[in-house]
Amino acid sequence: MIRPYDRDVSTSTWFQSPDDAATRLNAVGYLTDTPTATTAYLTGALEKPLLLEGPAGVGKTELAKAVARATDAELIRLQCYEGLDEARALYEWNYKKQLLRIQATDTSQDWEQTHDDIFTDEFLLTRPLLTAIRRTEPTVLLIDEVDKTDVEVEGLLLEILSDFQVTIPEMGTVSAVRKPFVILTSNASRELSEAVKRRCLYLHLDYPDAKREKEIVLSQVPGVSDKVAGQLVETIGRMRDLELKKSPSIAESVDWARTLVALQIGKLDDAAITRTLGVVLKHRSDQERAVRELKLGR
Amino acid sequence: MLLDRHIGFVEALRAAGLSVSLAEDIDAARALTHIELDDRETVRAVYAATLCKRDGHRPGFDQLFDLWFPALIGDGRMGAGISAGDTDGYELVTKEGDNELAQQLADDGPQALEEFREELGRALQEDDRQRIAELAIFGVGQFGALPGQGPGRSTWSAYTAMKRIRPEDLAFRIMQGLEAQGFGEEEARAVATRRIGVFTGLSEADAVRRIAQEKGVEKVQETVVRPTLDRLDFLSMRRDDVEELRRQIYPLARRLATRLTQEHHARRRGPLDFRRTVRASIATGGVPLTTHHKPKRPHKTELVVFCDVSGSVANFAAFTLLLVYALREQFGKVRAFTFVDDVVEVTDQFVPGGDLVDIMTGLVAQSAQAARFGRTNYGRAFSKFVEKYPDALGPKTSFLVLGDARSNYADLKIDALKTIVERSKKQWWLNPEVRRNWDTGDSVATRYADLVPMVECRNLTQLSEFVHDIL
Repeated sequence: MIRPYDRDVSTSTWFQSPDDAATRLNAVGYLTDTPTATTAYLTGALEKPLLLEGPAGVGKTELAKAVARATDAELIRLQCYEGLDEARALYEWNYKKQLLRIQATDTSQDWEQTHDDIFTDEFLLTRPLLTAIRRTEPTVLLIDEVDKTDVEVEGLLLEILSDFQVTIPEMGTVSAVRKPFVILTSNASRELSEAVKRRCLYLHLDYPDAKREKEIVLSQVPGVSDKVAGQLVETIGRMRDLELKKSPSIAESVDWARTLVALQIGKLDDAAITRTLGVVLKHRSDQERAVRELKLGR
Repeated sequence: MLLDRHIGFVEALRAAGLSVSLAEDIDAARALTHIELDDRETVRAVYAATLCKRDGHRPGFDQLFDLWFPALIGDGRMGAGISAGDTDGYELVTKEGDNELAQQLADDGPQALEEFREELGRALQEDDRQRIAELAIFGVGQFGALPGQGPGRSTWSAYTAMKRIRPEDLAFRIMQGLEAQGFGEEEARAVATRRIGVFTGLSEADAVRRIAQEKGVEKVQETVVRPTLDRLDFLSMRRDDVEELRRQIYPLARRLATRLTQEHHARRRGPLDFRRTVRASIATGGVPLTTHHKPKRPHKTELVVFCDVSGSVANFAAFTLLLVYALREQFGKVRAFTFVDDVVEVTDQFVPGGDLVDIMTGLVAQSAQAARFGRTNYGRAFSKFVEKYPDALGPKTSFLVLGDARSNYADLKIDALKTIVERSKKQWWLNPEVRRNWDTGDSVATRYADLVPMVECRNLTQLSEFVHDIL
């Protein structure tokens, strides 16, 4: 039987409730909607990693940063790329230092002891994943663009994502002192394996509706007037309806608003749009299409 | 009670093709204990976060969620219908023992319909989602009710409701409003169509909800939930599916390209570079400690695409062409031909950096020349191709046919196809029909399949697998 709503409030380090998540994220400048706030709260409450997917520039990485700011945690970031390996993601032995240590010992010390000496914390270079696990303070671990890595790295992540522990053959298993708030982001350029997905909560971030986007623009760009923000969001909305190669994202709306503020354009008319179109649309065919469909006189 | 609902919902998701593991099932149940259950959207968010881990599954998930956790029972907030002022109460009115029912039935005459249409037109024009949703619920209850067998066993039909309300007639009015706001005509039409689509979709969902309440969820869900977009048959697509799919072309092409580059990189090491290895070995006293390899030369396929663009398979051909086009940097050279009973080259439509919609329009216009009598004739198309474009084929070319091999009982011209096979390096035939329908009626699938290996390619998943394999 599922009992509604009885949980131990004191144990939750992160957010107390979905509403609490929404308020605190708003306070640090990240405007959420119900799914985002609920999922962010659940990630903390269930202590499970969160997989964020969505088009580029909708604020996936930003969410991780906002969670860190809202909860006064430190953000540890692992940027993934093709060819990322254990030595860059987890830990590495500082072999130069180990060599020095061996050379520095006098011959009287036997091998057993040297062996025990050189495989200690002193010679361990911790990389983001291990760092995040060993920290005793609240930590947000951001694993950015997981889809860029090779499939082998996913295997590496599995142990961390499910048990929050890392096994180092020479030292034994390091378990998390305090479970970090893990966020993985992906542009879905590759389908992640079922095993990873099963261990994570999932949230698909998409372009926000006009009202929320306007709020975002207003909160991010201080100098922009309410009217211009409204026009801008509406124009962006119309552009997203066109079939473009790359639809403008939130990041581009914000950039656009900044551009308008910098150029001191107080009214978003056709001429202004045409002049600044390059900020929003970054393919020639997209620009041509927008000019034609939005009836901008060139 | 709640647990039963939960388990039923998970079962339904599994039946609809979402792979929900036991661990995820437990996660979802555990997550539910962490939230207050009074907000439906929060519950939806919890289920989505724990159970639905693929964006493509989301529409199906939402449909099932609406079925299993309906927003309201019966007619809900009826007052919100015509009398716009009365919207404060959110009382759930169950159908049983509803005195208003008789009154409502009397109230669905032409006058009420006119008022309703007026109200709907305003809501659509202002794009007031909340109001549109209310009107959809009201509309189905009011104009879509069908008398069932016996009292209290009524049923609902969105189709009937739509026939009476005729929302598409409101398009003109919405367009006028939009054009006054400075929208272009084409764009205004698109927006109007989409808003009406939203209303129709909501009405359909509401009719289903009512029927599910009456007859039980299990009865309804099988018929309601459609396969996800990537498993949808090319031949059974509706117009909005086609549009949606077109939006998927670039993301899909990008995914495929990334996957290919990664795989190529994994096999990057070519044959041993002897000279460099020996030269490097001098530093280590002639012992070759590290070996050096020549980079592997990527071989690029030259592709000739030969598409049937007659009515029945036009969609399929268009998608495949667009996908090939989006991936063209992976091929050495691509030439595209379309045919019905004559052949036209359409390669020039695919300008680099061109616009998808323009290309589609251009393709349709040019393909019109491919028809002389308008009846598909594969034999004639093959022989014309050999005759008109002998330079298209060479020892490096791969020849790809797209079509259902339904040739209207015409001469097959096996010889022409044989010539094509002899002149090209490799051949494939993609058939958008289910394999069991091959060779039925006028289909000559296996006759041609003897010469050209034929692959069933019914949906986007199969198509992208195929494209991946030939690259």
